[in-house]
Amino acid sequence: MSTLTALGRATASELAKVFSLKSWWLLGLILVAYVGMTAAGLAFFLSDAGALLAGAAGGGAPAPELDPVVIANLVYSSVTAVGLVIPLLFGALIVTTEYRHGTLTPTTLAQPRRGIVLTAKAIVAALMGALYGVLGLIGSVGLGAPVLAALGEDTALGEPEVIGVLLRTLVATALWSLLGLGLGALLTSQIAAIVIVLAFTQFVEPILRLVAGVWEWSAQLGRFLPGSATDALVGAGILSSLNALDPTVPVAAVDALTWWQGGLVLGGLAAVLLVAAALTTGRRDVE
Amino acid sequence: MRTPTPLTVESLTKVYGEVTALRDVSFTAQAGRVTGFLGPNGAGKTSTLRILLGLNRPTAGRALIDGQRYRELSAPLRRVGGSLSSDVFHPGRSGRDHLLTLALASGIERARVDAVLTQVGLADAARRRVGGYSLGMRQRLGLAAALLGDPDALVLDEPINGLDPDGIRWMRGLLRQLADEGRTVLLSSHVLSEVQQTVDDVVVIRHGRIAFDGPLEALEAGTARVRVDAADRDALADALRRAGATVEPGPAGLSVLGLDVARTGEVALAAGLALTHLSDETDGLESVFLALTADEAQAAAAPADAPGVATSAEGSAA
Repeated sequence: MSTLTALGRATASELAKVFSLKSWWLLGLILVAYVGMTAAGLAFFLSDAGALLAGAAGGGAPAPELDPVVIANLVYSSVTAVGLVIPLLFGALIVTTEYRHGTLTPTTLAQPRRGIVLTAKAIVAALMGALYGVLGLIGSVGLGAPVLAALGEDTALGEPEVIGVLLRTLVATALWSLLGLGLGALLTSQIAAIVIVLAFTQFVEPILRLVAGVWEWSAQLGRFLPGSATDALVGAGILSSLNALDPTVPVAAVDALTWWQGGLVLGGLAAVLLVAAALTTGRRDVE
Repeated sequence: MRTPTPLTVESLTKVYGEVTALRDVSFTAQAGRVTGFLGPNGAGKTSTLRILLGLNRPTAGRALIDGQRYRELSAPLRRVGGSLSSDVFHPGRSGRDHLLTLALASGIERARVDAVLTQVGLADAARRRVGGYSLGMRQRLGLAAALLGDPDALVLDEPINGLDPDGIRWMRGLLRQLADEGRTVLLSSHVLSEVQQTVDDVVVIRHGRIAFDGPLEALEAGTARVRVDAADRDALADALRRAGATVEPGPAGLSVLGLDVARTGEVALAAGLALTHLSDETDGLESVFLALTADEAQAAAAPADAPGVATSAEGSAA
């Protein structure tokens, strides 16, 4: 049996595993709701109505007039701003669940070449990651655009720049799902993977990104953090756009990565994790 | 006719850190026979079976399925089916979906999934989540997974465990049938009586070493023991030895191995010796098995000198 046939069969098996459990659509539901509410909130506060409200309440300097494309990109990129934790978790879960429930034994009996199983999981992680990207956009565009329109703002959905952001969002969610897979395959412990994913995405990385911006040398390094690389890849992000929103925030001391550099950073990190897992946990006895 | 698919273990050694789980373990399970792989918990049964199925790597030695390592088989589930534990199912997945994922991975036609579910009596529960299955149902699902590829050989770890009396009877019948079809059936158990009625061959493992390897009859024959005495004990011993028996003198007469009561009486009569005692002292199989698998101290107190019992040249295990 050729390797390609084996890979095709393993991929079909991995897809069947995903769709025979509830977790994939539960995660999707959470993603749509979380991203949708974030996008609606952003759309409101970035609109003139929101700015007026903020100005009235804060009594500070009037907010600058924002380019509709910048607003639209920020609203629609809620997927990558807050939603990446979902594909990341998904990727980590599809491998750690095999260790947790002992299903790695039947999986390995059916396909003893473990590199093929991991490759099949990577294909499924990328496909499902892109699907989560679509679901995220259903949330961010589906709720963000009507709010913008209702508040009299331009939804900018026909703008090539905005369409580019939407398409690259799918690449980002696919890559984050692969990052989760690599992390999960390396850790094997489901609890450890979940704790690390939540702690890193919710606390550690945002803090690192803010602190990294303080000095030039750290800003150079900070560009390679997964979140910064993602903003570069997608072309929009709250933390990368602080200057556009509030001119009192200084312009970043270093140039951001280009979109393809950002993609390469994420893809490279995922590849390193996956190869490391294949060489370590992938060679251990199946217990 | 099926392809005869012997399962051969050659000089397996497995070291986990400081612990040597297997030392130079060798045996073969033959096609068309049910081989019972017996030993107390922790003796190395599961380690051996996991190496045979390519899940664990041996430190030394190899395990072959009809001459090939498991990893080298092009369609492993079609050659050998394994069920190693009843805890290898996702509780949220249905039994049928579990088998479907395996069928997809192995290129096995979907019709086999429902066929094996019916064969093991799980057709009604097939679409329910495994989380709601009893231990016996999970055993049956594991067996269904092993049978999925209609394989020539089966490797089952404690398949009787968790079954009710009806289930045990059913399982015994099925294992017999599978072997009669020409398949190799290798099953493990820590209780001999559990599989005594089913197995043709017995491999006993203790402390990671093979303690017995042979047909069940050899294990049984080794236990036939007659106690006999006569006024002229030496003449009786000579006569019995000439008849092919192994004779051990003891305080209460002679202990005779290799002859049954009737034959012992005949030998005495032919020699013109009047017996003062004749009794059947045959041990039950279970006590032979217990002696084989007992700890060193107990084993020394109850020497198991049945033919075919491997004597360990290196002395006591660590």
